Amino acid sequence: MVTNVTNFGRSGLADWLMQRVTAVIMLAYTVFLLGFLLTNGDLDFVTWKTLFQGTTMRIFSLLALLSIAAHAWIGMWTVATDYIKCAKLRVIYHLVVVIALFAYVVWGVQVLWGA
Amino acid sequence: MLQVSVYRYNPETDKKPYMQDFEIDTKGKDIMVLDVLHLIKEKDNGMSYRRSCREGVCGSDGLNMNGKNGLACITPVSDVVKNNKLIIRPLPGLPVIRDLVVDMSLFYKQYERIKPFLINDTPEPAIERLQTPEDREKLDGLYECILCACCSTACPSFWWNPDKFVGPSGLLQAYRFLIDSRDTATKERLAELDDPFSVFRCHGIMNCVAVCPKGLNPTRAIGNIRGMLLNNAT
Ligand code: SF4
Repeated sequence: MVTNVTNFGRSGLADWLMQRVTAVIMLAYTVFLLGFLLTNGDLDFVTWKTLFQGTTMRIFSLLALLSIAAHAWIGMWTVATDYIKCAKLRVIYHLVVVIALFAYVVWGVQVLWGA
Repeated sequence: MLQVSVYRYNPETDKKPYMQDFEIDTKGKDIMVLDVLHLIKEKDNGMSYRRSCREGVCGSDGLNMNGKNGLACITPVSDVVKNNKLIIRPLPGLPVIRDLVVDMSLFYKQYERIKPFLINDTPEPAIERLQTPEDREKLDGLYECILCACCSTACPSFWWNPDKFVGPSGLLQAYRFLIDSRDTATKERLAELDDPFSVFRCHGIMNCVAVCPKGLNPTRAIGNIRGMLLNNAT
């Protein structure tokens, strides 16, 4: 067993599963948004705003946003453990990534519920 | 005349590795790459490489030939040569001891880690532990591995983390013992593998499948281990 404290979940399996599940959620969200844009060719601000005022859409959007954050955390962590061999540098890199993702999530919540 | 370029490095005399060119007369025959190495050794006695059975059974002469890993003894020159040129390098990713000889310690360390032997805590039967033909069949495609390291040294995930990622060869063997009906340590074996590196560093690149001289499929075995981990944890 190789131990590590900076990965996302409790185990390799948890990370792996999380990455698959979040990928499916992001795909569903992308397909939905594309479908919406295609079926609303003459999209105006009111339609767009109404879409994002629905609670379901907000939940779906937040879910997609959290999925991006979790997916990116795991992915960026994996890239770093492959290529950055200096432990100090890696910790700094993890910190930057996690803080950025956290900021995106908070900002996203503000955007979604601020409107 | 075949143009051969060979990786040379003698740590006692060379500051750094270099490629040395040879012209080899194959006498018009389609010989094996190992035969080419013998012909080179006739010209230069100091040329070092591993070989033993010369028929694809021992797994000693895993090398990188024109960019692809394989066993020199069962690789005909015609299979790898492009434009009459053959480039021979040691297996990638492992420290070079001399010329084509690499230090396989990390590869063996990963093999040792998966406990490559049957563990069974039930009382020993009088003669032997029996297995149904169906259970025995599950070991096909796994037990044939000769530990040549062609797969693991072709795997980028193993290059970056050879100390943490078990690698295709080790994982193929891990699965060989996980599904053996005579082994009772399945849970313990799985627990050993459930971290972000040992198994999950595999990203399905499948270089292992492409190079295995025995035609084995480590990627499938790794997928099966993932499935077992998932079943075990959900
Ligand atoms: S799986 Fe194939 S390539 Fe890998 S060590 Fe075994 S025989 Fe060699």
